[in-house]
Amino acid sequence: MPLTIFLAVIALCPGLSSLVSGSQFWMPPNAALHGIAVDRLMRLNLTALGTCFIIAHLLLLISILRRPRPGASPKILPSMWAMEVIPLTLLCLMYVWMAITAQRLWAANRFEGPSPAAMQVEVVGVQFQWYFRYPGEDAAFGGTRPELVNAAAGNPLGLDRQDPHSADDIVASELVLPAGREVDVTLRAHDVIHGFFVPAMRLKQNAVPGMVLHVHFTPELPGEYPILCSQVCGLGHARMQAKLRVLPRGDYALWLAAREAKLHAIQAARVKAQ
Amino acid sequence: MTDPLESAQAIQHSGPNAEPRRRRSWIRRYIFTTDHRTIGIQYLLLALIAVIIGASLSLLMRLHLAWPDLPMPFWGVMKPEDYLALVTMHGTLMVFFVLTTAPQSGFANLVLPEQIGSRQMALPLLNAASFWLTVLSLLVLVSAFFMPGGAPISGWTSYPPLSAIAASGPGQALGMDIWLVSIGIFCIASTLASVNMLTTIVAERCEGMTLDRMPLTVWSWLVASMITVLVFSVLFAAAVLLLCDRHLGTAFFVPMGDLVNGQIVGHGDGTPLLWLHLFWFFGHPEVYIAILPGMGITSSLLANFSRRPALGYRLMALTTVLIGLLGFLVWGHHMFVSGMNPYAGTAFALTTMAIAVPSTAKVLSWIGTIWGGNLRLTTPMLFSLGFLSLFIAGGVTGPLLALPILDAYLHNTFFVVAHFHLIMAMAAIFSVFAGVYYWFPLMAGRQLHEGWGKVHFWLTFIAAYSTFFPMHLAGLAGEPRHYSQLSGGAASMAALIPLQRYISISAIVLVAAQLIFLTNLIWSVWHGKLSPANPWQATTLEWSTASDGQPIVLRGPYDYGVHPGQSDFLPQDALEPNPE
Repeated sequence: MPLTIFLAVIALCPGLSSLVSGSQFWMPPNAALHGIAVDRLMRLNLTALGTCFIIAHLLLLISILRRPRPGASPKILPSMWAMEVIPLTLLCLMYVWMAITAQRLWAANRFEGPSPAAMQVEVVGVQFQWYFRYPGEDAAFGGTRPELVNAAAGNPLGLDRQDPHSADDIVASELVLPAGREVDVTLRAHDVIHGFFVPAMRLKQNAVPGMVLHVHFTPELPGEYPILCSQVCGLGHARMQAKLRVLPRGDYALWLAAREAKLHAIQAARVKAQ
Repeated sequence: MTDPLESAQAIQHSGPNAEPRRRRSWIRRYIFTTDHRTIGIQYLLLALIAVIIGASLSLLMRLHLAWPDLPMPFWGVMKPEDYLALVTMHGTLMVFFVLTTAPQSGFANLVLPEQIGSRQMALPLLNAASFWLTVLSLLVLVSAFFMPGGAPISGWTSYPPLSAIAASGPGQALGMDIWLVSIGIFCIASTLASVNMLTTIVAERCEGMTLDRMPLTVWSWLVASMITVLVFSVLFAAAVLLLCDRHLGTAFFVPMGDLVNGQIVGHGDGTPLLWLHLFWFFGHPEVYIAILPGMGITSSLLANFSRRPALGYRLMALTTVLIGLLGFLVWGHHMFVSGMNPYAGTAFALTTMAIAVPSTAKVLSWIGTIWGGNLRLTTPMLFSLGFLSLFIAGGVTGPLLALPILDAYLHNTFFVVAHFHLIMAMAAIFSVFAGVYYWFPLMAGRQLHEGWGKVHFWLTFIAAYSTFFPMHLAGLAGEPRHYSQLSGGAASMAALIPLQRYISISAIVLVAAQLIFLTNLIWSVWHGKLSPANPWQATTLEWSTASDGQPIVLRGPYDYGVHPGQSDFLPQDALEPNPE
């Protein structure tokens, strides 16, 4: 009787909970180029390891169900070859396969930098807000200094206005990207470690104060996707979220033009005030 | 009312208290004692208190996650920083004061000396000192709740600069200092305890107790002690460095120009990554400190209750050592997305896959031990089988998380929470339960109630799976840990709230089931069935019925079922093939 429950537990747990909740239990739909391979690898590995889990539990169950009656003469131990050497060799081969396939994908994503044609975006984590900076027409980010940071005065990243490169930098609070173009993300943090996590892009990389880190990816499907903070960063950690909007190329050009026009208007007003 | 310890001694003729001794005061016997068995019980009680606090904190967290607007006892409607303080204290209590103390110091003090044919630990006074330092450390830690700003909110890993700068959040001022001091004291206590344990295993083994006759529990305590000495000293150094950064103006972990809360606080050229390396150099071997003793207990108990030798004794000892060694080379798998060089990610992924090999060998050996054995499904056996099941359940996701490209999605999601709660929390706790049910006669002279023990097992087993297995699904859906609420841009994950409610209800059942255990424990101390001298017909020396003198070990630790027609077991020190 308890063994039936044992079986039921293993089999029913995920099912039972999905009945209760009815929500979706897989990764959110993938929208990035490299995500197709990541998802395939995730499925393969979960299937392989899930099979190991089930086989091991079947062996456990059979051991319990088919135990000799008390007092029966004891059976000799299974041989080391049958129980240990052969299965261990097979499992090692599986581990080698897992390591090789996954390392190839990791190398393709992280060992090589982005293509020179990739567009540049800087992502900055600040308690409890993500900022996104575009380099503007000169394709170069202006310098920043921590002592110039003043969010209330419209300079949350501490842009150095003396630096000619900073004049055309656009700072936004949502990340807008064109579909189908590779993005080179420059990651920084002002205060504490934050985690730049875009589930739909199968992308996670910490933003570490004192370090400038790079990740690159290609958003493929237009849409709106959440950006989360995945490294506990203080009391506002759970609300440190932003939005990634992937637009068709034409729409992206329109958005960028609108942002540039707005920047020019602000600069004109600033000159006038002086 | 009979004295439980005295009745324990009544069945333990060869124990340290066999000879007549002066009557000492109650305080000297039960509080400031140097008797290893009493210290073992003290450690187990300390772990019990810590686990009660830690589990209560997790219940508050689970209630808040499922019903965010529900007012909590002591808190009212919970603020985000309260939630993070609970996370931090829950993790710290469970990892340090439960999983490090009970399996290692608790059980080793209880039975290690007898298992190697000794009467005492090598350094009894040091033993008592390390226990009382652990108590002090626990008191200091819990006091963090009552500091201005409350307990720290940076999680049990305390990544700087969040943990280095008081202005970075509530609880990061005095609360964080208290946390660091507590951890520092704990490091000293654990190191002292391990030095004692190592000395005991090396120097106090009786005649005939060669290395290849040591029970696998002793092997696991040996390796876990070596790990403890090496890694807790590193954590101690890291805690001291962090305290220096906080108060002496050094900059080990805070980078130049670090800007917290509008103030530039970074004036040196430190790097937060240094802390991550130091912390995880401790943190990952710490996992093996928690689980290795459980592996040893499981090996011994599966052999006993299958009435046959442990399959591949030498392989089991070897894999224990291998896990200990490889455990020092895998810490970077906590850091794939931390900003560490991606080539280092590959290196750490490969070492982590390598450590899966000895772990797999152990699982195969356990299955081989019970395969076709005359299983006796007693309560300690059920908990050992439960350990095996949960170790497999939590273990299979280990190689998956060791792959950086997949971890770059799963890192810091509920998937990881599921993984380490199944393997480190549940499997380790199941081995602790197995040990308590198995060795309770040595503590109280009585047995725990078997019937209620089985009820406790089944409820705990089902609720453990029901609580932690569905967390994989929340993690695959992308839900990060440490989120007190799913709102804002993560509103797409609001669909996971029903799942989280289901998990919360399971967690309540899981904790409630432990009331059965507590009741059984208290009731059995005075009213449990009186235990015979060797209730489980075990071979290892803590159950030895030889009446006096130093035992002489004549054979390996698992001589079960190999002498057909005679008794089905031969204790390690039994002279004749038929001791009865």
